[in-house]
Amino acid sequence: MSAVVTVRDLTKRYRGVTALDGVSFSLAEHRIHGLLGRNGAGKTTLMQILTAQNFATSGEISVFGQHPYENEQVLSRISFIKESQTYPSHLRVTHVLRAARLVYPGWDEEFAQRLADVFQLPRGRNVRKLSRGMLSALGIVVGLASRAPLTFFDEPYLGLDAVSRQLFYDHLLADYTEHPRTIVLSTHLIDEVSDLIEHVLLIDQGRLLLDVEAEALRGQVVTVSGPVAAVDEFSRTGTELHRASLGGTARATVRGDFGPAAYDRARSLGLGLEASSLQDIVVRLTTSNNGHAAGAGSAAAADKEAVR
Amino acid sequence: MEDGRPIFLQIAELLENSILDGTLAEEGQVPSTNELAAFHRINPATAAKGVNKLVDDGTLYKKRGIGMFVSPGARAKLRGRRRDEFARQYVRPLLTEARKLGIEPAELKNMIDTWEAGR
Repeated sequence: MSAVVTVRDLTKRYRGVTALDGVSFSLAEHRIHGLLGRNGAGKTTLMQILTAQNFATSGEISVFGQHPYENEQVLSRISFIKESQTYPSHLRVTHVLRAARLVYPGWDEEFAQRLADVFQLPRGRNVRKLSRGMLSALGIVVGLASRAPLTFFDEPYLGLDAVSRQLFYDHLLADYTEHPRTIVLSTHLIDEVSDLIEHVLLIDQGRLLLDVEAEALRGQVVTVSGPVAAVDEFSRTGTELHRASLGGTARATVRGDFGPAAYDRARSLGLGLEASSLQDIVVRLTTSNNGHAAGAGSAAAADKEAVR
Repeated sequence: MEDGRPIFLQIAELLENSILDGTLAEEGQVPSTNELAAFHRINPATAAKGVNKLVDDGTLYKKRGIGMFVSPGARAKLRGRRRDEFARQYVRPLLTEARKLGIEPAELKNMIDTWEAGR
């Protein structure tokens, strides 16, 4: 599968703050990529650089085989839906949809109108008077109907309720199935998207901690609980990410190459075993001290401050 | 989908269960990967991986341009495989828990008979 995005040793420094620190990865075509990480991890900066809205301090990037900066050939194939999109005043919802139709070569007007109905967008209302949730819904409509070969959704659902978020996921999945394209979904609502994403990029403090297939990650991290000695023994088969103890019992989260045999082993040791969800894994990796050692990211130096 | 375990394995297992309980008959057509993806709200590539696992082990077969079907004899084969797993998955933890509570195997057998009789 060919790479739509290639990033090599990308670094971005703001005054005294390193937002991205030697990040390298590539994004394969026609897949849904999850860009995960805590607030301020560097996700938005990364997407801004890939969409030519920000400059790298050093490193190389390539989007559709070219540098995106002031490159119409590349930018016309990208849709970037931001967390807090601002629009010029006096624009109405219909104006935004009409403008999007002009900008995106792949725009599907019928689909846009259908989505606008689904999210109950009042067409004639001034965008400045839309509620937070409606504004997010408008971004989602534009992002989906643009059918851009490379679509970024950066926390697209501020103010959206659970029902609307599920509508977004369902329409995203259905439309992606019918019109395969490369999608980058940046979010901290990991549980909600964990079944949708095929590939996981986890960023923490500007560094890439994970660059893996979502399915490969499943079952790689487990939590065992039981007598301390047994937990100790099980823990030796992998890297311990976290431990809590209570008297003679302990609970440890361990990362390793666990297959069905691990379940048998835990059972024979008298331990309870639970496979961790993607969200648990991310929480463990971005809070534990040895998270960097456990991750597959860059071997960067001292701790740096998170940006923003 | 359930947390933790690879989703494609869960999809394969769900299809196996439908074959075992007869919901999916032998020579019957299996839902398409897109239908599975939409229903379970999962990535279509993951659904395809689950289906392909069953194609690879001969449980399903492909009819070009039409779709996936349950292979003849798949049910008996699955049953045999699941029976092998049964002891490991159910009997062993049952014995472990029984030992913890001081329940002797003979007493355990009695319990099973009693429950079976009262069913």
